[in-house]
Amino acid sequence: MGEFKVHRVRFFNYVPSGIRCVAYNNQSNRLAVSRTDGTVEIYNLSANYFQEKFFPGHESRATEALCWANGQRLFSAGLNGEIIEYDLQALNIKYAMDAFGGPIWSMAASPNGSQLLVGCEDGSVKLFQITPDKIQFERNFDRQKSRILSLSWHPAGTHIAAGSIDYISVFDVKSGSAIHKMLVDRQYMGVSKRKCIIWGVAFLSDGTVISVDSAGKVQFWDSATGTLVKNHLIANTDVQSIAISDQEDSFVVGTAEGTVFHFQLVSVTSNSSEKQWVRTKPFQHHTHDVRAVAHSPIALISGGTDTHLVIRPLMEKVEVKNYDAALRKITFPHRRLVSCAKKKQLLLFQFAHHLELWRLGSTVATGKNGDTLPLSKNADHLLHLKTKGPENIICSCISPCGSWIAYSTASRFFLYRLNYEHDNINLQRVSKMPAFLRSALQILFSEDSTKLFVASNQGSVHVIRLLEGSFKHLHTFQPQSGTVESMCLLAVSPDGNWLAASGTSAGVHVYNVKQLKLHCTVPAYNFPVTALAIAPNTNNLVIAHSDQQVFEYSIPDKQYTQWSRTIQKQGFHHLWLQRDTPITHISFHPKRPMHILLHDAYMFCIIDKSLPLPNDKTLLYNPLPPTNESDIIRRRTAHAFKISKKYKPLLFMDLLDERTLVAVERPLDDIIAQLPPPIKKKKFGT
Amino acid sequence: MVEEESLRVVRCGGSELNFRRAVFSADSKYVFCVSGDFIKVYSTATEECVHILQGHRNLVTGIQLNPKNHLQLYSCSFDSTIKLWDYTDGILIKTFIVGCKLHALFTLDCAEDSVFVIINKEKPDVFQLVSVKLPKSSSQEIEAKELSFVLDYINQSPKCIAFGNEGEYVAAVRDFYLSVYFFKKKTTSRFTLSSSRNKKHAKNNFTCVACHPKEDCIATGHRDGKIRLWRNFDDEKKYTYTCLHWHHDLVMDLAFSVTGNSLLSGGRESVLVEWREAAEKNKEFLPRLGATIEHISVSPAGDLFCTSHSDNKMIIIHRNLEVSAVIQGLVKDRNIFTGLMIDPRTKALVLNGKPGHLQFYSLQSDKQLYNLDIIQQEYINDDGLIQIELTKAAFGCYGNWLATVEQRQEKETELELQMKLWTYNKKTQGFVLNTKVNMPHEDHITALCFCNAEKSENPTLVTTSKDGHFKVWILTDDSDIYKKAVGWTCDFVGSYHKYQATNCCFSEDGSLLAVSFEEIVTIWDSETWELKCTFCQRAGKIRHLCFGRLTCSKYLLGATENGILCCWNLLSCALEWSAKLNVRVMEPDPNSENIAAVSQSSMGSDLFVFRPSEPRPLYIQKNISREEVQWGVFVPRDVPESFTSEAYQWLNRSQFYFLTKSQSLLTFSTQSPEEKLTPTSKQLLAEETLPTTPFYFILGKHRQQQQDDKLNEALENELIQLPLTENIPAISELLHTPAHVLPSASFLCSMFVNSLLLSKETKSAEEIPDDVSMEEEKESVDSDEENNFTEEVQDTNNTDLGKDIIHQLSKSEEKELRKFRKVDYSWMTAL
Repeated sequence: MGEFKVHRVRFFNYVPSGIRCVAYNNQSNRLAVSRTDGTVEIYNLSANYFQEKFFPGHESRATEALCWANGQRLFSAGLNGEIIEYDLQALNIKYAMDAFGGPIWSMAASPNGSQLLVGCEDGSVKLFQITPDKIQFERNFDRQKSRILSLSWHPAGTHIAAGSIDYISVFDVKSGSAIHKMLVDRQYMGVSKRKCIIWGVAFLSDGTVISVDSAGKVQFWDSATGTLVKNHLIANTDVQSIAISDQEDSFVVGTAEGTVFHFQLVSVTSNSSEKQWVRTKPFQHHTHDVRAVAHSPIALISGGTDTHLVIRPLMEKVEVKNYDAALRKITFPHRRLVSCAKKKQLLLFQFAHHLELWRLGSTVATGKNGDTLPLSKNADHLLHLKTKGPENIICSCISPCGSWIAYSTASRFFLYRLNYEHDNINLQRVSKMPAFLRSALQILFSEDSTKLFVASNQGSVHVIRLLEGSFKHLHTFQPQSGTVESMCLLAVSPDGNWLAASGTSAGVHVYNVKQLKLHCTVPAYNFPVTALAIAPNTNNLVIAHSDQQVFEYSIPDKQYTQWSRTIQKQGFHHLWLQRDTPITHISFHPKRPMHILLHDAYMFCIIDKSLPLPNDKTLLYNPLPPTNESDIIRRRTAHAFKISKKYKPLLFMDLLDERTLVAVERPLDDIIAQLPPPIKKKKFGT
Repeated sequence: MVEEESLRVVRCGGSELNFRRAVFSADSKYVFCVSGDFIKVYSTATEECVHILQGHRNLVTGIQLNPKNHLQLYSCSFDSTIKLWDYTDGILIKTFIVGCKLHALFTLDCAEDSVFVIINKEKPDVFQLVSVKLPKSSSQEIEAKELSFVLDYINQSPKCIAFGNEGEYVAAVRDFYLSVYFFKKKTTSRFTLSSSRNKKHAKNNFTCVACHPKEDCIATGHRDGKIRLWRNFDDEKKYTYTCLHWHHDLVMDLAFSVTGNSLLSGGRESVLVEWREAAEKNKEFLPRLGATIEHISVSPAGDLFCTSHSDNKMIIIHRNLEVSAVIQGLVKDRNIFTGLMIDPRTKALVLNGKPGHLQFYSLQSDKQLYNLDIIQQEYINDDGLIQIELTKAAFGCYGNWLATVEQRQEKETELELQMKLWTYNKKTQGFVLNTKVNMPHEDHITALCFCNAEKSENPTLVTTSKDGHFKVWILTDDSDIYKKAVGWTCDFVGSYHKYQATNCCFSEDGSLLAVSFEEIVTIWDSETWELKCTFCQRAGKIRHLCFGRLTCSKYLLGATENGILCCWNLLSCALEWSAKLNVRVMEPDPNSENIAAVSQSSMGSDLFVFRPSEPRPLYIQKNISREEVQWGVFVPRDVPESFTSEAYQWLNRSQFYFLTKSQSLLTFSTQSPEEKLTPTSKQLLAEETLPTTPFYFILGKHRQQQQDDKLNEALENELIQLPLTENIPAISELLHTPAHVLPSASFLCSMFVNSLLLSKETKSAEEIPDDVSMEEEKESVDSDEENNFTEEVQDTNNTDLGKDIIHQLSKSEEKELRKFRKVDYSWMTAL
């Protein structure tokens, strides 16, 4: 593996924002997650829960509701009163439409997908017709006294249930009038609370309405008679979310204590058809409020203030023991938030609304393997760059020479020139950006910092030549005719001749930068690309996919390399394929052409292509290199994958020079420390 | 009177009531529990033991109601038999000989003629659940060898087996798994909990199981205090469970209510928890039950629960979680420090009971009379907590005073010591705290005794301590301007060369006090507290010390640790005799000169009864117990026996009880004490079982009483004296024939009514009310049968008398009586 001096960076104060809504789409097996800063992320559950798309947040657009309609269309609504539809191809907002009812608290799409219902602050429930390219206001339902916090359609589409404060209304869709008003008990353990907020409702096909409320109750109502059928008191605090399975045989609720309860419809006796809802297992994977839950056919999905997205498989539904059968906890985004200027030893950290530039510390001490060296010079916070406007940063990059910084929001592109004068930094914005450079999904500088590559959301890649203090647009690689898929990953070869760009699903395009034309397209693969890199000298393109496969493609030969074919034939080690998080960064050692360096959130790996590949019987993880064994045994047991799990959770790792690595870690405890305090629970024995 | 059989050691009550779950009768009137070799039948209303079902020759291990006849009870025992009892009369109906040791018994409503038992056939720790076919036969003893195997490798405890959904499946738990056997499908599903050594799952062991009566739901208790409710368990993949967690220590037992709406659980917290609708947030508690809940059972009628506790107690709890009755046996789960004492007033045996309490246990009725709270502090049940121990107690002045000593020692140097003196309050019939002395001595108190001399006008108490002193406490006037009061103060402190004082004893007349200081015995004058003389035998520390009584009062006896028993003559101040005997217990008989000594040898314990005047023992019984005997006491008899044989004469006026190390209370007898108990209790039952229906007033025993009362009052009383039913052949035939072979009621009616009519002289009779049902008849059949033997003598007398009266009735009176035929007789119930 070789010995490295490692900069262990823990000063990246990144805190993901809390999850507000989740919406599961059964057709495409995708999950939409919205966060409190307005970011919406799309996870592909078929592709190992890879976060394949995201829409940047906006300060004024706090999402309160998220839903899929009509197959693949995604809508969100928020407290600014707007309904937003997202363009899942171009990765931008299609349109925003004001519902004129004040802040929107809830939204539900009709079972057939043709209608959209929103519940507003002023107590109105508004019905919208979904047209192929827009939505159109149809009518208002009977207005209620207070805000509508939750909505649910009857699976037949004839009735809806709306949860408000202290009561649940049942509406007839045809007439738009409320046919029942079901009052919810305010009492909680004998104490009258001020108000009982209905956080969620679910309408079952047999007419049962299930409600969850702020008094900790899960209640079953008969919508035909408007009466309470059964009451489950499950928590001392609010029950904030509910999601029901498509078969209507189980549902899941999330509480403010961080507990997720599973309810199942079980038969009373084995030989009778009578069934009852039973609370079965509680899951405590969260420390804070569970604001949103979803129920996929094989898993319970929950997310909340503690920023984790937890996917808990239902063991009885999982047929074979595979990737789906394990608990998944997704905390960090599956994209790079850190970029590195190798020569100047600078790190650029991307936050939601600002960038931070740090210079790494240095040391003069030397030590043995495993020693922690004292710093002679501490890490230096050089720059704090705040964005202008309310929009979140999509992507950012610092040039390898450290003299350029570029970042982009949803509507603007910024390029800065940095001048270093001793210890002072002079920051100068490059003005007059061309009109086509409005937003970027990915920014990349060439190795010699003379070229800037910008992947924009129309599928095109712009090439810009950077001069001292100015720039010149060289070329735009237009997408293939007919595809509008945006590129979100870029890689450039160290010699600057080749540029690889990949979208979310289609294959990787390789462009010749000198001749400014498409060189070739790597054959499409079923799973999305998570990381790309082009090796120096050989110009081999290394591609990592979300199913943990790694390919090596020779750009000059326009075919997969021999090593790549070998490893595909033999297959990866099963432990490698069972890893939790996708590979987010690939780099190469300048002096060792056989090495590929890659990492995910929990491990760092060097693949040595000269060594034999491991089979399923060999030990994949070799925590400590044996020191006193003879060379022969070492050689026999050695295999191509050298894995280190010392640094975790790992957000970024790169080679600064031949003997130095930089690792950016973000310990979970530090994140928890920055979250609001959870609800205090008395622990027995304390 | 009593045939003089050989004297033998018998167990005299106090056996465990909490060995198995209690069982309720169908009408919740009785509760049954196993108790050693017997089954006890208690009335739930009065807490009284109404029957003791005797017949098993070894420990009874299970009881269940006969599902086909709720007036019968099955029991199984280590003597490898299943017995069927009629519990209302206490009669053994049948014995089924199975042929192997039976560990538990289960019955099912639907299982035809078979019951389920737990046996272990081959290996000692491998138990099987088998079903036993009980063959139909008229004979008393039937062989039942037809065993069919159900489940193997199960837990021995019946708490780990439960039948569910009317016998469709049986659930068994052991270690970390639950197995469910479905009788129809003949399949077993097995669910295993993770048992990894890590902290989280280490206590996942199953402890008990219960099945929902209506739904397919199994509740299991676990060592970490969790309760899991399993559902969908007919599918090994789709099964699911809910967790309920309140107990912090292991769940001892679980029971569903009859309707299944609530689940009851209990454990070491001594709190009965009722989980309503199996919801974690909807639970009710019945706290402070005193001791660990070992078993919970529910009455079939659903109105009562019963919890069995580790302190040998059963609590009958009403459906609304109110304690309605407590059946307390001898508390045995702790060390006995105080030894055995007899309360001079109640003649009850007094010893350590619940933590911090003295228990008063009636030897005659085998039940606890009451608990006296000595320490008066809430007992905190926690491992490793050092508790206050009640170490010494003594009665004085014919039960007017009680002295107790309690101590708590956390470290070597920190001793907390307290002596309390209690006076008997005649008004409240209980002991009231009079004086509390903090740190009466510097070190542990080794002995205390009252001066019980008849002439002594002032109560005197002596305590001896390891600090080398003995103190004399006397009762003095403690009155002030507010009230008249008395209190105890220290009168004299004595010591002898700084030796530790180990024992003390007053002579019978109270004139002398003997205090032993390690190896030396000192004699003090109780008037002046002068040292009179000392005895020293150099034979080890004195362990026991006592004066002779009555004619032997000039002797002082001392037993030493080195196994020497010495007898000193106080007149000559010389050693009279000594014997080599390793005395463990030495007790003088208060009613005679006899002294009982129990010696310990490697073989067991031997009893010697002797008089101080004669070195030759009166009676020797070798090997009275294999264990070490810890305490013994002579209990004066209420009615002296008259054994003529010389060897048994020592038992004429007192009975000797002793307690072994495993806390079994034993005594010597030529007959078992239970035999004496039965007649009175059986009469009690007869009274109780007859429901007070109009029928009862015609046929029941009530009428004889009425007769007796009324006879004396006036002869012109309108009450017609009926001939007694027992003497009319028609009625006795009717009542004694099994109900199912009788012809229809309409057919019998005229005959029956005729039989009830008075003889032809009077021609008047009462009609039986129409609403009398056959069932009531049947019940009274049982009881009448029983009445027979007790009443026979009386009855005949009464009948003669009654007939005399009938003859004297005049014609006019007869007319009047005829009118009464139409009169409502319900007023009779008011009598």
